[in-house]
Amino acid sequence: MVASSPGNNSAVLRWAGLVLVGLTLLALPFALAGVGTAWVRITNLAILFIFLSLGLNIVVGYAGLLDLGYIAFYAVGAYAYALLASPHFGLHLPFWAILPIGAAVACLFGVLLGAPTLKLRGDYLAIVTLGFGEIIRIFLNNLSSPFNITAGPQGITLIDPVRVGAITFGRTDIFVGLVFSGPVKYYYLLLLLLLAVIVINIRLQHSRIGRAWEAIREDEIAARACGINTRNIKLLAFAMGASFGGVAGGMFSAIQGFISPESFVLVESIMVLSMVVLGGMGNIWGVIAGALLLSFVPEILRYTVEPVQRAVFGRMLVEPEVIRMLLFGLALVLMMRFRPAGLFPSRLRRRELTQET
Amino acid sequence: MDIFLQQIINGLTLGAVYAIVALGYTMVYGIIQLINFAHGEVVMIGAMTALTVIAGLAGSGVPPLVIVLAGVLAAVPVCMAVGYGLERVAYRPLRHAPRLSPLITAIGMSIVLQHVAMMVWSRNFLAFPQIFPNPVFFVGGAAITGVQITIIVLSLLIMGALTAVVFRTRLGTAMRATAENPEVARLMGIDCDRVIALTFIIGAGLAAVAGVMVGSYYGIAHYTMGFVLGLKAFSAAVLGGIGNIAGAMLGGFLLGLVEALGAGYIGDLTNLCHLPWQPDLVAARCAADGHLVLFGSNYQDVFAFLVLIGVLMFRPEGLLGERVGQRA
Repeated sequence: MVASSPGNNSAVLRWAGLVLVGLTLLALPFALAGVGTAWVRITNLAILFIFLSLGLNIVVGYAGLLDLGYIAFYAVGAYAYALLASPHFGLHLPFWAILPIGAAVACLFGVLLGAPTLKLRGDYLAIVTLGFGEIIRIFLNNLSSPFNITAGPQGITLIDPVRVGAITFGRTDIFVGLVFSGPVKYYYLLLLLLLAVIVINIRLQHSRIGRAWEAIREDEIAARACGINTRNIKLLAFAMGASFGGVAGGMFSAIQGFISPESFVLVESIMVLSMVVLGGMGNIWGVIAGALLLSFVPEILRYTVEPVQRAVFGRMLVEPEVIRMLLFGLALVLMMRFRPAGLFPSRLRRRELTQET
Repeated sequence: MDIFLQQIINGLTLGAVYAIVALGYTMVYGIIQLINFAHGEVVMIGAMTALTVIAGLAGSGVPPLVIVLAGVLAAVPVCMAVGYGLERVAYRPLRHAPRLSPLITAIGMSIVLQHVAMMVWSRNFLAFPQIFPNPVFFVGGAAITGVQITIIVLSLLIMGALTAVVFRTRLGTAMRATAENPEVARLMGIDCDRVIALTFIIGAGLAAVAGVMVGSYYGIAHYTMGFVLGLKAFSAAVLGGIGNIAGAMLGGFLLGLVEALGAGYIGDLTNLCHLPWQPDLVAARCAADGHLVLFGSNYQDVFAFLVLIGVLMFRPEGLLGERVGQRA
């Protein structure tokens, strides 16, 4: 991303590179749509996972707090959207009103979880967040009686798609001869949101708060001695991470049009954690790469593993879904063993590891 | 039927299983301060292995008692091998890494073990074969089954044996020394790696027995069964004071009782029709069937987590723990 030598030439190269990346990203959905609309949907989900990974990265990567129930905030955001924009309660708020509400509600849950637990030591915190995630899921599953709030295991259907003015996302339109299917439109919306999320993350990392998070991660007592209010700053990490999860959840609701507690099981939390760990905790670009890798590789496997197995063994031995999960599990184990800083460690971490000062 | 006594009996049975699993967590934590996240998966593998053996031998004319023993005897070494493998592959290389690294590895191993088990034993719920007649006894208006009596008695025997090992043998002394201070223990000629590996093996053996217990109690086994069970057992260990053996036993039984009584009474306690003052909406629903329960027994799983969070907030060292909370 960063040119190595200073000078005019490299600045031009850098801009040219950025423009190229931008054009590729703009053209991507049409190329993918040529292969199959399914791939545009997969890309959209991958972008949602980038959201989630960046959110979790704030908690785990910057502040060093292992949160194993992160998907709960995704669930909270998704249900907030679904309840406010579906026939379930007969409410149909516009998406630009709901997304901030979803973020705020998720943020509130982050504080609710964080306030009593943040004084716990790291591994206890991990278990408690895991329990919290399970509690949220149990409530989503059971809050259908006596008053039907979440519709229980059936989930909520017919969630409104995003509407901006006359444009309804999720319906196919044709502009200047190009076919914009629903997923393609969502892709552009997500890309826009992603850009905002990345910018926010970069600004956060280099802000006072970001430095405070890193200080807490490295040595909490020293950080407190430097005058950092560790409790509030940790709480802020939880709240920020949670609100990213909430926004991602809202978008998930809108894109899928249907949600149920099935989508928010613990395995999903672990998936997001694997993405952060694989890419490199604390490094935005690494985390994005991790999220992309772990989103696409399993999908590619899904399309290759089955025919290969049928050709070699004559039948399916290992389902792609299992391979996917084994991949996540092994990623966690092997990364911790051989590259604890991730495939793409943050520059700061690498400097810490290599420079002797 | 006496609901209170019945739930006490169910709670004690459940608690016995929690206690046995919690011992595995607490012994490992006591010695290397690691939450062995994959411990629940070892319980599951124990249940699955025993189920395979029992189902294979059922109807072969072998006496039922021998079949069950064969199941247990097959499960224990398999689990011990898994426990040892976990320690060697996943935890030993990270002995000096930052605290969160082995925890993340443990989560990874848990996922891997679950899905390997799924490949071996399928993703279906497997029925534990009922090869024994399960007699039911009635005590003061409550029912207790033969399986329940066996589980409670067997767990007490195991706890006694384990206490004897830890406090009466050379291995136990070495374990306690390593837990106290590994450096000094090493200087005293204790092979710490061996002691830690043996701790994992003993814990895994206990997990195997617990797996057979829980499988025959519920009559069912599934590749995800270890996960929540493990979490609850961990909560029990924390409740009793993690690292403390007597604490794990006490915590296990207490948690079992809390869960059983909670599930038994929460429905009545949150029945809105018992409210002295009722809003119109509630009154209308109550008039219809007199039954408007806010939280039913389907919230049973929440209790363990609430206990865990409560203990960590108000008494992080647990009921019997002497360890004072270390630095964050």
